[in-house]
Amino acid sequence: MADLNVNIGELKFKNPVMTASGTFGYGEEFSDFVDLERIGGIIVKGTTIHKREGNPYPRMAETPSGMLNAVGLQNKGVDYFVKEIYPRIKNINTNIIVNVSGSSIEDYVQTAEIINELVNIPAIELNISCPNVKQGGMTFGVSPVASAKVVKAVRSVYKKTLIVKLTPNVTDVAEIARAVEANGADSVSLINTLLGMAIDVEKQCPVLSTITGGLSGPAVKPIALRMVWQVANAVKIPVIGLGGIMNWKDAVEFLLAGATAIQIGTANFIDPSVTTKVIDGINDYLDRRNYKSVKDIIGALSV
Amino acid sequence: MHTKYKSKNLLFFMKKFILDLIVTDNTFLQENFVLLKLTSELPLPEMKPGQFAELRIDGSPTTFLRRPISINFVDRQRNEIWFSIHIIGEGTKWLSLLPIGSKLNVLLPLGNGFSLPETPSDKPLLIGGGIGIAPLLFLGEQLSKQGNKPTFILGARGSNDLLQLEDFSRYGDVYVTTEDASYGEKGFVTQHSILNKVNFDRIYSCGPKPMMIAVAKYAKSKSIFCEVSLDNMMACGVGACLCCVENTKDGHLCVCKEGPVFNINQLLWQI
Repeated sequence: MADLNVNIGELKFKNPVMTASGTFGYGEEFSDFVDLERIGGIIVKGTTIHKREGNPYPRMAETPSGMLNAVGLQNKGVDYFVKEIYPRIKNINTNIIVNVSGSSIEDYVQTAEIINELVNIPAIELNISCPNVKQGGMTFGVSPVASAKVVKAVRSVYKKTLIVKLTPNVTDVAEIARAVEANGADSVSLINTLLGMAIDVEKQCPVLSTITGGLSGPAVKPIALRMVWQVANAVKIPVIGLGGIMNWKDAVEFLLAGATAIQIGTANFIDPSVTTKVIDGINDYLDRRNYKSVKDIIGALSV
Repeated sequence: MHTKYKSKNLLFFMKKFILDLIVTDNTFLQENFVLLKLTSELPLPEMKPGQFAELRIDGSPTTFLRRPISINFVDRQRNEIWFSIHIIGEGTKWLSLLPIGSKLNVLLPLGNGFSLPETPSDKPLLIGGGIGIAPLLFLGEQLSKQGNKPTFILGARGSNDLLQLEDFSRYGDVYVTTEDASYGEKGFVTQHSILNKVNFDRIYSCGPKPMMIAVAKYAKSKSIFCEVSLDNMMACGVGACLCCVENTKDGHLCVCKEGPVFNINQLLWQI
């Protein structure tokens, strides 16, 4: 049994496998299928200062080796999270991390301040990369200046581990990562979904109510891997890799490319117990190759 | 196993399982419809009519997601679960070709299911159209088992789209409408003459949305309790991805978790 512990900032994870926001609910939805306490971290659904109904149906399209979604951050707001959901999940023995989103810098700051008070939430993932909302989200994440501003503002009020989730819908993701690092982020996670589209040829209409949506699944993995590698070479803070990870081999690719930890998203829809299989697979790989610690393979790519 | 962090809310939902089931039969009922029967070495879990399963499709990039299919029947004696499947694309085609003895990975039971009457009723009406008749067989059996006398109105385009009529007739009177008059009365389910003869006291419906809206209008005009089962496009099946939402009086609700069965009064349909 290899040592699977990793650190993101000052926060310790029992293993490098987390669940991606928006694909694992609040964890509870999967408790019949998987032992939640074996997972390194659970990143819960994107949370905003006010309740959001999200986008109209249809919000999903199956695509080759992936899917498009246009959920649009449907959630009941941070107060509901604090009152109703947090008490139910706070004693799950893993890192429960809240994905924080907003339409304005004030929204992000206020939500982060509220989450900061929750003892059993050791980190937030700042979502400046959601492609499915008209205001905020990705509009911050595509600009180094706007990214820097929102991260700086949140950093001034949020005292625990601050992860910033980046969008792949940019020319130079490393530039954004550096701007985020310079303004106090403890870590970056990438990639959020790629902006995409699907058309129903019989109706001659877009499949999604919002016309465009975010592409996820194995279709995006090579792009995600490339971006994680670029960012890991550009910043000193730990990188969390995600995008199309379906099994332990995909996860090890991201670790070799320089990710300190990984997230599993869309794969949870295909196999709700995939997380623990990936943890076991990483461990078997390390044992087979006589590594004492998962840290020994992080960024170990030889080029 | 993980009961220590089971939420209060979750207790309303039945325990869900991820199972590798074994195909015992896979027979064409009509040209584009198969009846897939699966068994398990262990007794199959508790399931309610109106609930569904997510069937894993392997082997093709274009069939990436699981396919949500309603539970057609549970045969406890043979420990079998049945899925009546309309072959409409690559995923359902793949399911139709599964050989006997092969394994299929299944998540079940998902969703809420129909609400059965607390006291036995003589007059529950089950209205289905197309492949939407599938969950009504299990519902009819359970209603009949609890002392109700269900009546079925089953609609199809033509006689080649009618399924399992003999199975349905075991649990209640069966009336049929076809659009081309090839079987039963010509027309839509809501035009069947039995509706003018009997006063039903609850209606359960599953089928194409325009049909269910017509059924809901009928039920509302007569002030009859009515539940419909929706089939919005979904991914996860467990209320995590929020893709399959229906707009309701309580906002966007997941068809996979808060549904697929809704009381018509909960929906925002123009009825």
